Amino acid sequence: MSVLESKIPEGPIEKKWTKHKNEIDLVNPANKRNIDIIVVGTGLAGGSAAATLAELGYNVKTFCYQDSPRRAHSIAAQGGINASKNYQGDGDSDYRLFYDTVKGGDYRSREANVYRLAEVSGNIIDQCVAQGVPFAREYGGLLDNRSFGGVLVSRTFYAKGQTGQQLLLGAYSAMNRQINRGKIQAFNRHEMMDLVLVDGKARGIIARNLVSGEIERHSAHAVVLASGGYGNVFYLSTNAMGSNVMAAWRAHKKGAFFANPCFTQIHPTCIPVSGDLQSKLTLMSESLRNDGRIWVPKKEEDAKAIREGKLKPTELGEDDRDYYLERRYPAFGNLVPRDVASRAAKERCDAGYGVNKTGQAVYLDFKAAIERYGKEKAFTSGHKNPSEDEIIKLGEEVVESKYGNLFEMYEKITDQNPYKTPMMIFPAVHYTMGGLWVDYNLMTTIPGCYAAGEANFSDHGANRLGASALMQGLADGYFVLPYTIGDYLADDIRTGEISTDTEEFETAEREVKERIQKLFDANGKNPVDYYHKKLGKIMWNKCGMSRNEKELKEAMEEIKELRDDFWANVKLTGKAEAKNQELEKAGRVADFLELGELFAKDALERNESCGGHFREEYQTEDGEALRDDENYKFVSAWEFVGNPRDAKLHKEKLEFDNIELKTRSYK
Amino acid sequence: MKLKLKIWRQEDAQDQGGFQDYTVDGIDGDMSFLEMLDVLNNDLVNDGKEPVEFDHDCREGICGSCCLQINGEPHGPDRLITTCQLHMRKFNDGDEIVIEPFRATAFPVIKDLVIDRSSFDRIQHAGGYISVNTSGNTQDANSIPIEKEKADDSFYAATCIGCGACVAACKNASAMLFTSAKVSQLALLPQGEIEAHDRVLNMVHQMDKEGFGNCTNTGACEIECPKGISLENIARMNREYLSASVAG
Repeated sequence: MSVLESKIPEGPIEKKWTKHKNEIDLVNPANKRNIDIIVVGTGLAGGSAAATLAELGYNVKTFCYQDSPRRAHSIAAQGGINASKNYQGDGDSDYRLFYDTVKGGDYRSREANVYRLAEVSGNIIDQCVAQGVPFAREYGGLLDNRSFGGVLVSRTFYAKGQTGQQLLLGAYSAMNRQINRGKIQAFNRHEMMDLVLVDGKARGIIARNLVSGEIERHSAHAVVLASGGYGNVFYLSTNAMGSNVMAAWRAHKKGAFFANPCFTQIHPTCIPVSGDLQSKLTLMSESLRNDGRIWVPKKEEDAKAIREGKLKPTELGEDDRDYYLERRYPAFGNLVPRDVASRAAKERCDAGYGVNKTGQAVYLDFKAAIERYGKEKAFTSGHKNPSEDEIIKLGEEVVESKYGNLFEMYEKITDQNPYKTPMMIFPAVHYTMGGLWVDYNLMTTIPGCYAAGEANFSDHGANRLGASALMQGLADGYFVLPYTIGDYLADDIRTGEISTDTEEFETAEREVKERIQKLFDANGKNPVDYYHKKLGKIMWNKCGMSRNEKELKEAMEEIKELRDDFWANVKLTGKAEAKNQELEKAGRVADFLELGELFAKDALERNESCGGHFREEYQTEDGEALRDDENYKFVSAWEFVGNPRDAKLHKEKLEFDNIELKTRSYK
Repeated sequence: MKLKLKIWRQEDAQDQGGFQDYTVDGIDGDMSFLEMLDVLNNDLVNDGKEPVEFDHDCREGICGSCCLQINGEPHGPDRLITTCQLHMRKFNDGDEIVIEPFRATAFPVIKDLVIDRSSFDRIQHAGGYISVNTSGNTQDANSIPIEKEKADDSFYAATCIGCGACVAACKNASAMLFTSAKVSQLALLPQGEIEAHDRVLNMVHQMDKEGFGNCTNTGACEIECPKGISLENIARMNREYLSASVAG
């Protein structure tokens, strides 16, 4: 009997959530005033949860390492947010969104959670519009939609290439309203250093004030972790520089199980790596794949000439180009899901057809789209017999109105004009589907400790579809957690304020201080970045887009050695009791050095390929992922027992009653 | 490239601070300005010295964390970019670069190049929202059509990233562009119209209380704004403010 209780309600899938809401315990408004909740992280999930909980009457304390909640990395999401509104009348429904998400996740997510996500998705759009989020509109004044990878309908709402920013500012404004009412206390420039348990329940956190360096105790009746994903374990990723796993990992070490750590999304359309001193990678929105065609040269010698700068991509004729996604996946073409598109790019580059100086890039070409739009525009504006130049001019205008800011961004970074020469792209680490294991109520295996948004594992299975992260973050924060947390807190109405003057807080604070001291006590040979970069290389080379048993075993050893070296030889400067960015980085990298090992172990023990997890030993003849539903149709939830490599596996079996398990095909 | 850097160093809010000289070598044109500072900091840590503290996070021009005054210009010599989007190809070998934090009374220095912009947050607390509950029981998103042009203008105002370049560029350290962007975003939408009067009065009141200066229409803010937020927003806020004041 597993210790994992998913608490999925009984009944038909479309009634589960309503039934659950009707049956769970509630806390009356007067009692909510006596209950405190800590929310760690102020992105879409944390910001929306904090605002809603405060609005319901709870006393909320938020924590973020940035100087303002508005800067959380949700802000960088570009393309859009999915919802099953069916405004386009193209046959969308809650079931179809549910189906696409479960299939897109390669049948490794929990049905009931995903259905609930689809069910509340429409509410998110209503809510955001009411808050003043300026979504893109059509000339008739109604909301516009576009399509994204892995689906056959247009259900993505967007605000140019800045959808994440606009949604986050919406959640931030809802938070501000509650801050103004005194219901949220915002602790910005604060980092959670540990979770405090009292009688087995999450009752507070130890935080470091990043300005003064002071170690602070904060208590609450429940703690919500909305601290994002752990993509920065790869060093180079599209995550913000500060994004880290500390909050989730500290909770893991205190008893929260960590689920599916190896499920990582490598996004296919990022700007390729240019040099050794690069600090981060930049994503180009997946929406570009609506109009851009992806290709590499058909002949190896052409690819070589391009790499050496002897040939330009524009000089290659149609017959010399290999539009490999359209060739391999005629039904979905350039709009296959992210994992499929990324692997296909790697396959071509590994085979010697890659472009860029490094050979690690493919082309994303807008020439065909510019011509098509140009002809359309000429026709609709009554322009007969337009010249080639006129068509291109008109077409470029249309493409600019759709993707202008993305093209500008590309040009600023690479110094190349993507209207005239194809963009170069390559996959990069972008999102982590794995995270803290949670039940249907979003509670981790520690009573009173919740996880929301990217920090939990629940909705995306082994691969996330485009425009679904924003949907999940806001669904968790606005519409799920504020209800489900009441079920737990209903028992706490007589508890009274939690004192921080107890042994548990004292011990936790002492441990945090000792850990910081230990970092300063190291031998002082190498800066923190030295270790982070090394870890990133191990992860990318051995736990990246494709994995095998031998290399995963090597990765586990190498990460352990690197971790030992880190604790013996890391070099810190400055003081603990002051602003100190090196110390902040060191604490985060220390946790990545543990998580990385668990990541590799999880990948090693999952002897199948599914979604973003591709094991070279398990593939079909034509190189597609080969799932093993008989033996691996479960969530791997890892319990910490001392060392990452000794973590104990608990399996949550996945049941699929509403969807037929198939080999995922986009052909 | 080899560069001479003159960087503002300040221990904490109480310290008086001053410029210090550094040199960095091996800088490539494809590197971003912040990656150049990473190189410097790595050298400093290797020498056992304290690295230069600066705010940064997304490094793709959207979070608004980075806030460097480079050779006297917010976010440096290029237009429509944040500091993290400035590339070293804009500089030449042997250049001397002066790097300071954004300067304003309402943005006190915390350490080195890191400043406290919580005054911006407090302006937003004062009214930068629509008072609608997050219950999800609002009406259908398409029940109020909004003219595309208005929705687009609202969006452009909403693209403000709250970095503070407008304040740093202004000789009066005025926060009018920042405040007016939020006022405009919401005033342009039917959803935000209802509270428009209270919003503009409260936000402007808070802006003044934080110690930002007045606007004298020089337009430096618009030129230095990484998102190109238009001066029209200030004009709109003035109109809103006037009509709210008259309405009492």
